[in-house]
Formats: sequence, C-alpha cells, structure tokens
Amino acid sequence: MAKADEAAAVITVEGLQDLLRAIRARGYRAIGPTLQNQAIVYDDIESIDDLPRGWTDEQDGGLYRLTRREDEALFGYSVGPQSWKKFLHEPRLRLWTAERRGEDTSVTPEAPPSDRLAFIGVRACEIRAIEIQDRVLVGDLYVDPHYKARREGALIVALNCGKAGGTCFCVSMHAGPRVKHGFDIALTELLDGTEHVFLVETGSDEGRAILEQIPHDLASSREVDAAEAVIAQTASSMGRQMRSDDLNELLMNNLEHPRWNEVATRCLTCANCTLVCPTCFCTSVEDASDLTGERAERWRRWDSCFTMDFSYIHGGSVRASTKSRYRQWMTHKLATWIDQFGSSGCVGCGRCITWCPVGIDITEEVCAIRGCDASAEESV
Amino acid sequence: MKDIAELLRHHPFAEGLDEDTMALIAGCAKNVVRQPGDYFFREGAAADSFYLVRHGAVALEAFVPGRGTFTFLTIKAGEILGADWLIPPYRSSFDARAIELTRAISFDGKCLRDKCEADPRVGYEMMKRFIPPLLKRLQSARMQALGMYDAANA
Amino acid sequence: MPQTLKACATLPHPMAPIMTPVTRFIRESEEVFTFDLAPEQVAPFMPGQFNMLYAFGVGEIPISISGDSHAPERLTHTIRAVGPVSAALGKLKAGDRVGLRGPFGVGWPIQEYKGFDVLLIAGGIGLAPLRPVIYWLLRHRAAYGRVGVLYGARTPDDLIFRAELEEWRRTPDFQLGVAVERAGPEWTGDVGYVTPLLSKLRFDPADTVAMICGPEVMFRATALALEDAGIADSRIFVSMERNMKCAIGHCGHCQFGPHFICKDGPVHPYDRVRNLLSYREL
Repeated sequence: MAKADEAAAVITVEGLQDLLRAIRARGYRAIGPTLQNQAIVYDDIESIDDLPRGWTDEQDGGLYRLTRREDEALFGYSVGPQSWKKFLHEPRLRLWTAERRGEDTSVTPEAPPSDRLAFIGVRACEIRAIEIQDRVLVGDLYVDPHYKARREGALIVALNCGKAGGTCFCVSMHAGPRVKHGFDIALTELLDGTEHVFLVETGSDEGRAILEQIPHDLASSREVDAAEAVIAQTASSMGRQMRSDDLNELLMNNLEHPRWNEVATRCLTCANCTLVCPTCFCTSVEDASDLTGERAERWRRWDSCFTMDFSYIHGGSVRASTKSRYRQWMTHKLATWIDQFGSSGCVGCGRCITWCPVGIDITEEVCAIRGCDASAEESV
Repeated sequence: MKDIAELLRHHPFAEGLDEDTMALIAGCAKNVVRQPGDYFFREGAAADSFYLVRHGAVALEAFVPGRGTFTFLTIKAGEILGADWLIPPYRSSFDARAIELTRAISFDGKCLRDKCEADPRVGYEMMKRFIPPLLKRLQSARMQALGMYDAANA
Repeated sequence: MPQTLKACATLPHPMAPIMTPVTRFIRESEEVFTFDLAPEQVAPFMPGQFNMLYAFGVGEIPISISGDSHAPERLTHTIRAVGPVSAALGKLKAGDRVGLRGPFGVGWPIQEYKGFDVLLIAGGIGLAPLRPVIYWLLRHRAAYGRVGVLYGARTPDDLIFRAELEEWRRTPDFQLGVAVERAGPEWTGDVGYVTPLLSKLRFDPADTVAMICGPEVMFRATALALEDAGIADSRIFVSMERNMKCAIGHCGHCQFGPHFICKDGPVHPYDRVRNLLSYREL
C-alpha cells in the first residue's frame, strides 16, 4: 500500500454499495462501523444499510452520546470506543494447545487466521495506530504470527474524516485528519444538500483493481476541491490540542511532578483508556489444563498497565500506587515509546479522554506538567 | 608500652594519628590473645574494654531460646570490636566469641573515656575513627533486616 | 552485540514452547533446586541469558541459565520455589518434560572485557545467573586479570552450589568471599552484609569490570560501593528483574522506563539505569 498515486475518482452512494459488493466478492470479510448499544461499533457489514446513516456523536471528557444528523451522511461521526486493534491484535487468543500421552508431550501452535478482512472507514489516526502496532508486533526481532497473518491479509478502505470529534487531536500528533498512506482505497464523503458522493483515491494495486470493477467517474476539480475543504474544515475544528514536539524530555524530566499525585486522586485505574487506545498492545497469558492433566492450553489476552498484577514480581507489585501506574501509561504512550519504537504511541484519537469514566484528559495532564494554562494551550 | 604503640601504629584504626595521641591512648592499651571459643565479652556483662582486632576472627552472637546461638556479624583483622563501652551503662549487648586464634589490642574503656574528656581534640579524633565503622555496620544491619535475599529470584 | 544470541527469533511461533526432557535434578537447598534439560535443537547461549520454562498446565516463568555456555547441549537452570510455576518445576524428576523457549535477552559482557579484572557480586539466588560467567572465566583464565567473587546469602543452609564454592575457594588466582546474614556456631565464615567484603578483594579499579546479580535493593547499594571503590559506572553491570509474560518484547510487562528487560536486558550497564533506579515504582 502506498500513497494515493493517481487522479481521484468519484462514486455515488450506490457506487459505495457496489464497492462493498466487489470487496466481498474478492473473498474479504467486510468490517465497518455499525450502530450497536448506542455506540459506533466496528463489526461485520453486508451492505451500506448496516452503516450508521444519519448519525453523529457528541464527545467530551467522560462523555459519549449519539445524536441524529440533519443529513443522511454514512460516516458523519468520529471514532467510537473500539478500534481495528480488536481484529488485528485480538483481545483473546489461544496461542497453543498441549497434550500429554504418557511420556510423550506435544505442543500444537494455533494456526494463524487465514480469513482476509476488509476494514471499511479507517480514519487517518487509525492507520497511524496500525502502523505503530506493526512496529511493535511485526517490526522487531520477533514476529507475532497471528497479527502478521491478519495484517497482511487486510484490505484498508480509509476515510478522510468529515467531522472532528470533541476529543480529537490528531492534528497535534501529525496523524490526521488526511489519510496520506497505508491504504488500498481512501474515501472522502461529499454531501451538499443536493449531491451525496464519495471521492475515491487508490493506494495499491488491489485498490485499483477493486475500483476498476465498479462504476465510477473521474473526479472533477470542483469535487477535488470540495474534498480538500472537508479535510481542512475537520483539521481546523479539533476538539483538543496538545503540543507534542518535546514530550519525551518534558515527561521524563518531570517524573516526580506533583501533578502525578493529583491525577492519582481522580484515576480509578479502571484500564478503560488502555482498552480503547488503538496502540496499547500489552497482553498477559493464562495457562489452563483439563482435570485429567493431559491437555493444556495457553491463552493470550489484552492486559493493562493499570492493573496491580501487571508489574507483580515475587513479593509484590513494582507499581503499587495509582500514581505510578498512571505515570507508566502516560510516559510510555508519549515519551518512552519514542525511544523504543521511534515514534509517539499516541495518535490523537481522543478515545482515552472520552472513555475515561472520570474524564481525565491526557492533553490537560500534559498541559499541567508543562505548567501552562489549559485555556492558553487550547488557543495555540 | 613502646610495644603497644608499635602494634597500634600498624592497625588501620590508628592511621593518620599523630604520635602524641598515639602515645596517649597507648597508655590505656594492652595486648591480648583469645583461643578459638574464648569470649571477648558476654551479653549483659560490664563493657569495660574495646578491641582492635589484629589477627583472627570474632563472631558477634545472640542466643535465642529454642533456636540456639546464632552469629549476626563477624569481625576480622583490622576492624574494631565493642561499642558498648562508649555509652552508659557500659554493658555488653551481645556475646563476642573468638572463632579463630585471635590477637587484639585491648583498651581500658574508662581510661580512654577520661582522656577524651580531658582533651576534646583527642575525643574528636577518636570519634572520627569510631563513627564510620559503626555507621557502616548500622547500614549493613538495615540491609540484613530488610531480608532482601528473600525477595531474590533468578 | 556478541553477548546476545536469539536462537528462537526465527521460529514461526515464538510463543510455543518445545517440550524438553529433564536429564538431572539436584536439590541445592530447602527452596532451591537445579535441573538440566537436553534440548532437541541445541542453541548457543551467552552467560546471563535466560529461558522461559513452562510447567505443564501451570504456567511459564523466566529463568536464567546457570550452566556452562560451552556446553549448550545441557541447559542448566537453578530455581527458587516461590510461586506456583516454580513450585511445580520443583516437583520434576529426571525424564519429565519442561516447556522451553529461548535463549532470550542480553547477557553479561564478558567477551568485551578481556584483560580486565573481573568482580562478580551475587545475592541469594543471584549466584545462578553469574555461574556461567565463572565457568567462562575458569575456562579462559589467562585472558582476564584478577578475579573476585562475592556471594551473600541468608544462612549457610541457603548457600547454593556448595561443592563448587569449595572448589572455587581452592582455585589459585580466584578470590572468593561468602557472607551470610546469620549463622549458627558451626559456621566459621563471614557473617554480615556482602558489600563490606569488597575491601578484602584485590583489583585495579581503573581496569575492573563488575557484574552484580541480586535483589534490586542489594545491587543499588553494591553499585554505589563499587563506584566508591573507583570503578566507573559504565563498567558496572546489573541484572534486573521485572514481570515478564512473553520474553519477546510484545507483552509490555517488563518495561523499565524506555527499556524492555526481556530484550534490552536483563543485564544493563549501571550508567544506563542508575537515574531511572532513583525513581520509586518506575
């Protein structure tokens, strides 16, 4: 997958239906935004009728609410609680099964998945997040075979955001809202009262092949300009901002800042932020055996640095206090991640702010450690 | 007396001590030998002496009913033995038993205290020599009290 | 880095253990035991590297290799039974099978310091990850200067590798100091903390490399004592312990500031971690 490399096309809403059909016909399992439990949830979709047409969301610290739009936009909301992480880096995964027959013991690794997923409506921040997880799980000495299989088989239909969420700050993290690379197809939804179309760019041979299969027109310069305007409007209406060029030094030079104590009085160590974060990759393993002791399994599951067990070594937990666990999460995300993997671990999607039950805001915490006035930071 | 001053001169405790002070404190000292198993002092007894160990090794011991005698510190050549003579009521807190043939310079506690009292300069010199090893032992005892090897794993 | 050998990096399933037979089981003390494994595929390892050992149906823990790196066909591990997995491993006998993954991590930089005086300071079971260094030094004795080993343990009964300690004590040009925290009257060795024994060792601080393995509270104090003795902090190495689930840099548990103990360590130069060690609960 590469950068958009040719003249954009335009498809209608029906064309989007055709696009979905073509993708599914090529053997992909299509996953996209759906409306479930009063939230935008990524799940299997069969047609564009499964998309949350005409819905939008309101987001703020500890607040998420779906509301109706005035129009029939199919992607008129920002990111929901989940990310594509749950498909690429599964929340629960059996790693292997072991069997013991007398002296003979065998371990059978779980075969990597062979299904090919098509992600429909992947935001720029989410592509950045996937690239960040790639670096961790397949870009180092050791390769996670399950992640690798899902990742290599995945088709990415990206979306240039038409709306910034109340907690979005991808512009500050240089992660969006424009999709620049890492996609097969990129869509921009254009809606102006009379017309409802999608500007389509392709970023891979697979993307071009799919586009060739469906009816489309060459985009007019008016449509290209309209798409630019949508992205510019989104970029200029970010719900949050955060200066990000100096975070490694700022945080690592302030490991004893009083603010860590202050945030610890609010943080519930519930781990919501790590679960909704599209880049948090930590896992634990669980071993189990049957009652005969002849069959055993190991499962891997998402874990969180906010739990007491996470840092347990014989005798106790290294990070027993809430302060130390919040500090670990934030310094890892924004500072030490850069040392470890060459980039920040934050993409500015805002999920950790929205889904924190007490509304702890990472941009506000950074601001406090920086010693700036939050309102001043917002006006940067 | 000259012999004692000579022995004293070779002990790390006296390093850098001027001749006058050396001669002064040597006046309180004598040479002693303990066979393996012999005690330098016993718990609860008057702490009237302290020792500069020249050769051998001494175990500081405590007796715990039901568990027997156990050693919590060994003192080797070049080190000092005995601190209870410094402070009232001048009573030994533990047993000190030679575990090898041990030669030491023994000081009369009262004699030395009186000389320190009479000349604070001598007292300060002595203090500078006592405090570092005692502090080191205190630090070590704290590390031991943490029971940290219990937490060790490979 | 020559002290790093990553045998299983090329395996298609780096999380799947290989069931490996136990060939020998020795009880070192009431809580500590040693066993040898005969791996199906022999992989070279460096002193200080570790394996993940799996007790069938119970779980997996990181254990440093305590045997001779010149004989990797026999993988020796010395373990203290402190949790469910180590307790289960402690019930094994010759012929039983253990799940094996490894070797992992960065070991002791013994090859980089040829010609230097070498000091090894171990606390408790920390002698086990340093034993491969001792084997290395004995095998390449002429390539190094003076060698000193200090070992601290709770009581004489807790000492591990006792027969070898006696051998090393008798080895020419090999300085060995052993201190226990408390002992009965039958013990004629040193009683006290381990660092004061440093003053008994002969070494040239300007040309000395020191390696410490033991609990964090011990190696922090010991590293400072070594610095006081004139050894540069870049030539003091410490082996660190953190919770570890994967050993391949994926589970996130073993992070220590920017470092992953599993892949950047467990052995770290002290100058790399000393600042971070000053923060509690990092």
